[in-house]
Amino acid sequence: MPANAAARRSRPPPREVRGGRFWNRPWFEVLQFAVFVGALLGLAVSGAMRMGYNWQWYRIPAYIAEIADGELIWGPLARGLLVTLELTGWSVLLTLAIGLTAALLRLSDSFSGRILAKSYLEVVRSTPLLIQIYLFYFVLGPILGLDRFWVGVLALSVFEGAFAGEVIRAGILAVRRGQWEAGASLGLTRIELYRSVILPQAIPLMLPPLTGIVISLIRNSAIVSVIAVFDLTTEARNIIAETFLSFEIWITVAAIYLAFTVVLSAFATRLEHRVST
Amino acid sequence: MTSRATLIQIEGVSKWFGDFQVLRNVNLQVAERERIVICGPSGSGKSTLIRCINRLEEHQEGRIVFAGRELGPDATDLAQVRREIGMVFQEFNLFPHLTVLENCMLGPTRVLGMTAAEARDRALEFLNRVRIPEQAGKHPGQLSGGQQQRAAIARSLCMQPRVMLFDEPTSALDPVMIKEVLDVMNDLAESGMTMIVVTHEMGFARTVADRVAFMDEGSIVECLPPKQFFSNPSDERTKLFLSQILSH
Ligand SMILES: Nc1ncnc2c1ncn2[C@@H]1O[C@H](COP(=O)(O)OP(=O)(O)OP(=O)(O)O)[C@@H](O)[C@H]1O
Ligand SMILES: [Mg+2]
Repeated sequence: MPANAAARRSRPPPREVRGGRFWNRPWFEVLQFAVFVGALLGLAVSGAMRMGYNWQWYRIPAYIAEIADGELIWGPLARGLLVTLELTGWSVLLTLAIGLTAALLRLSDSFSGRILAKSYLEVVRSTPLLIQIYLFYFVLGPILGLDRFWVGVLALSVFEGAFAGEVIRAGILAVRRGQWEAGASLGLTRIELYRSVILPQAIPLMLPPLTGIVISLIRNSAIVSVIAVFDLTTEARNIIAETFLSFEIWITVAAIYLAFTVVLSAFATRLEHRVST
Repeated sequence: MTSRATLIQIEGVSKWFGDFQVLRNVNLQVAERERIVICGPSGSGKSTLIRCINRLEEHQEGRIVFAGRELGPDATDLAQVRREIGMVFQEFNLFPHLTVLENCMLGPTRVLGMTAAEARDRALEFLNRVRIPEQAGKHPGQLSGGQQQRAAIARSLCMQPRVMLFDEPTSALDPVMIKEVLDVMNDLAESGMTMIVVTHEMGFARTVADRVAFMDEGSIVECLPPKQFFSNPSDERTKLFLSQILSH
C-alpha cells in the first residue's frame, strides 16, 4: 500500500529559498565575505612589504603534498588536517552523547540527576577551555591512562557537551506539552515517547545551533595543540619553528580551517532543508 | 436500569495546585458502557478531574480505581492502564511530523507490539469509521480542525481502549465541524463505548449521556440522568448554570 509514498508527496512544499532584495541573496553574502577577506589580505601584504618580509609562497605546497618518484606524499599540513578531522569527528560524536545525556538528566524526575547536570554545566561554562585541557592532560589522563589524542577528544567533548546539552534541552522543551500528553496517553514509555514523538520534532529545531557548536568544536580543536597532539595547528607551529615562514603558513592554515567550516555549514544548511520539509 | 460492572471508581478524590484546591472530595462511579457528560463553569476542575483518570495529573487524596487497579505512583502499571484509556484533547494534539495514518499506527506498533501491516489495517478501519479515510496520507497541518479532531479520535480508538475520555473536544471548532465530531461521538456511543465527556454541548448531553454531572469549585454538585438534570436540578448553582448556558 503506497500510503507512505503518498504521504511524502503530499507534504507541504519546502520553504522558498531566501530571495527578494539583493542584500538578502546568498551570493551577496559571499561577495561581502570575499571583499572582507581581500581587504584583510591586502592589509597583510602591504604590512609585510613595509617590513621587508620575504614571501616564499613557492615553498608552501610541499608542506601540503608533494610528488616524489611518481608517488604522492602527504606533507605535514595534510597529515595535521587529517588528525584535526579525526579529533573533530570523534569529539562531535562524544559531544552529542554527552549533550543528550546532560539534557535528559536535567529534564528527568531525578533530583540528583538534575543537580549533577546543572553543576556540570556551571563548572564547564565558568572555566577556560585551556585550563580544562591541562586538567584533563595532567590529572585525568594519567589516572585513566589515556593518550594525548583521546585526552584531547575527551576535553573538547566535555567542554562542548555542556553547550550541546543546553541546545538539546531547549529543543526538547520547545515541543508543546500536548505532544507529551498525547504520547503518554497512548501508553508510550518515556523512551518511546522521546524516540517517536519528541525528538523527531525537537531535532529540526536543534540543528542550526548544533551546527554552531560543531564549528566552534573545529575551531577549539586547535587549542589541543598545547598538549602536542599532532593536529593542523601543531604541525603549523613545528614548520614555522624550522622555517620562519610564519605569514604563509598561518594564512594557509587559516584558509584550511575556513574551508573546512564553510563546507560544513553548507552541508548543515542542506540537512536543515531536508529535515524541515 | 440494569446494573453493570464498575469500570472507574473515584472515591473522595482531592487535589491541590500549591495552596489552591482544584478538586474537593470528588466521588464518581462509572459503569461499563456508561456515558457521562461533565459540565460546569470555567475553572471548576473538569479537565483536572478527567486528567486524573489517566494520571496526566496526580491526585493527592482519595482513590481512583480503573478496572480493579488503583492508580498510584507505580510506573509500570501506569503505562498498562493508559493504553486502555483513550484521551481526546481540545487542541487535538496530533503528532505533526507523522501522517494521519502514522499517527494512528504509532500506538498499536509501539505499545501493543502489532506489525506495521496489522496496525495499518486497523488504522484504516478506524479512519473509515470517523469518515476520513481519504486523509490517511496527509499531515495533520493539512486538515481542517474537524478532520484533525476525528483523526485524534481514530488514533485513540486504534488502541481499542475500554473507556474514552474527551476534554472539550469541540470547543476549538466552528459549528459545521462541531457537528462532524459530534456525529462521530454519537456513533461511538451507539457502539457501546464507555465515555466520559467534558463538554458544553447540551444537545449531546441530552441525547447521549446516561448521566450528566455538574461541577463547581472542584466538587461534583450533582450527577443525574439528563431528563432530571435538565428539567429538575436540585441545586441553585446548577439552575443558574443551565439558565446561562441554555439562554444562548
Ligand atoms: N498546572 C496547574 N497549575 C496551577 N493551577 C492550575 C493548573 N492547571 C489548572 N489549574 C487551575 O485549576 C483550576 C481548574 O482547572 P481546570 O482546567 O480543571 O478547569 P476546567 O473546569 O477544565 O476549566 P475550563 O472550562 O476553563 O477548561 C483553574 O482555576 C486553573 O487555573
Ligand atoms: Mg478544561
